[in-house]
Amino acid sequence: MEVAILGVGMHPWGKWGRNFIEYGVKAAQDALADAGLEWRDVQYVAGGDTIRNGYPGYVAAASFAQALGWNGAQVASSYGACATGAQAVSVARAQILAGLCDVALVVGADTTPKGFFAPTGGGDRTKDPDWLRFRLLGATNPVYFGLYARRRMDLFGATQEDFAQVKIKNSRHGLANPNARYRKLYTAEEIAASPVVSDPLRLLEICATSDGGAALVLSSLEFARKRGAKPVTIAAVSTVTPRYPNVVIEMPNFATDAAVGTGVAVPDVPFRDSIAKTAYEQAGVGPEDLSLAEVYDLSSALELDWYENIGLCKPGDAEKLLRAGDTALGGRVPVNTSGGLSCFGEAIPAQAIAQVCELTWQLRGQAGERQVKDAKLGIAVNQGLFGHGSAVLVKR
Amino acid sequence: MTTKKRVPAIEGWFTLDDAAPRLLGSRCKSCGAVFFPREDSFCRNPACAGREFEEVALGRRGRLWSATDNRYAPPAPYVSKDPFEPYAIAAVELEDEKMVVLGQVVPGIAARDLEVGQPMELVLGTLYEDAENEYLVWKWSPERGRS
Repeated sequence: MEVAILGVGMHPWGKWGRNFIEYGVKAAQDALADAGLEWRDVQYVAGGDTIRNGYPGYVAAASFAQALGWNGAQVASSYGACATGAQAVSVARAQILAGLCDVALVVGADTTPKGFFAPTGGGDRTKDPDWLRFRLLGATNPVYFGLYARRRMDLFGATQEDFAQVKIKNSRHGLANPNARYRKLYTAEEIAASPVVSDPLRLLEICATSDGGAALVLSSLEFARKRGAKPVTIAAVSTVTPRYPNVVIEMPNFATDAAVGTGVAVPDVPFRDSIAKTAYEQAGVGPEDLSLAEVYDLSSALELDWYENIGLCKPGDAEKLLRAGDTALGGRVPVNTSGGLSCFGEAIPAQAIAQVCELTWQLRGQAGERQVKDAKLGIAVNQGLFGHGSAVLVKR
Repeated sequence: MTTKKRVPAIEGWFTLDDAAPRLLGSRCKSCGAVFFPREDSFCRNPACAGREFEEVALGRRGRLWSATDNRYAPPAPYVSKDPFEPYAIAAVELEDEKMVVLGQVVPGIAARDLEVGQPMELVLGTLYEDAENEYLVWKWSPERGRS
């Protein structure tokens, strides 16, 4: 059930303030050039939507197709919050695997406002949990990240120094990445001097909001073979939702499900663990097979949660992995070789696609100074609010 | 100076009993699943086709799941004091329902004053005020006399 990644492309992340379509088109053209294909060869466009750029953002695939020049391709636009990119990958992959098209383009791009993400749209929306969490609690996204981080400290003995070390590691990884927005090696002193936003997390440990764009050209294995290519492939895509009762508090909710009352047992595998597990099962691999991972470090502390969620270690051992250097470049299984969100900031619909771009470059041996030696299998994981899992396995 | 009218910041989510306020959720009459905020249309237990619900007052005691501080003013629609005063937000697992519920923490207590697992109880507090009204919301407070 594999599809080929023939081409990848990105528009550098930044705070450029231009129309998101520009970033998407640039990324798409780069991906097509990388694949050695023309826009007219694309039969299907899967777009990742942005909800902060008006109507064109809700119909992203058509917006990109029009900008590239109408070619009659079929389109689909998807949204899954931070997991949007994986939704678009999933749509394109299914079309190819069903034999409905040979070549599909996946594009996501965003232009973001400054500061905290706030609810979109106007008016008092007393049925919308995303509006209500701001109104009744002031629960910004970093509030949820702060809750997870402080729980790690109390349960597992994580320290603020550990969290800072994640930031330092990722800032070192991102130094050599031309698409990263922040290319600066941070010191523990600089991080400790940055203000606390949501205790225990400091400003430099919380991901910024960025502009950027990323694209993939996907094809059937047969199409790739006919072209004589031996491409990197997508071996699995997971877009799982939680199982009831979900007892871990998640954005944008006020409460979890109740763990008792119905006789329905709490699932053995928590939601965030099920995201990667589903992908591993699809591909018949396990975490021990990974050469590297791109995980969603919305905060420095959250990266440590992900080590456990994707099976790199058991709960409570993530700090040991970090401290041993296992997840740094040169270590056993480098995490966020791209520099992660720490160096990129988040361009929501492009981010999960950008993770796949990084894995592709790594598996092709094209990652330059941040190359993982002999990389064979990588996972990109992420989670979108309202219950969107996102994992993509890339292999060669 | 006239006393402001005390009104809930949102209707029907909690009782206005100052001494022992309760969160108001709903319970599926078919399977017993409890929801907060209340669910009145379709049961979210995938094994249940229930369509009828009754109101249920949730237990007001629980244990801290985690806590954090808001050191910067959240964006609208949050109504911030001017100047903004940092406050803590807690996630508390209710003892009876085993459901984790978020709430602001009573003023004067920071996240680092709290510890995962410690007993917490529900109280009423002020979310914001305008010229006529004081808008009330549920808040979490460390429970006195229990550890």
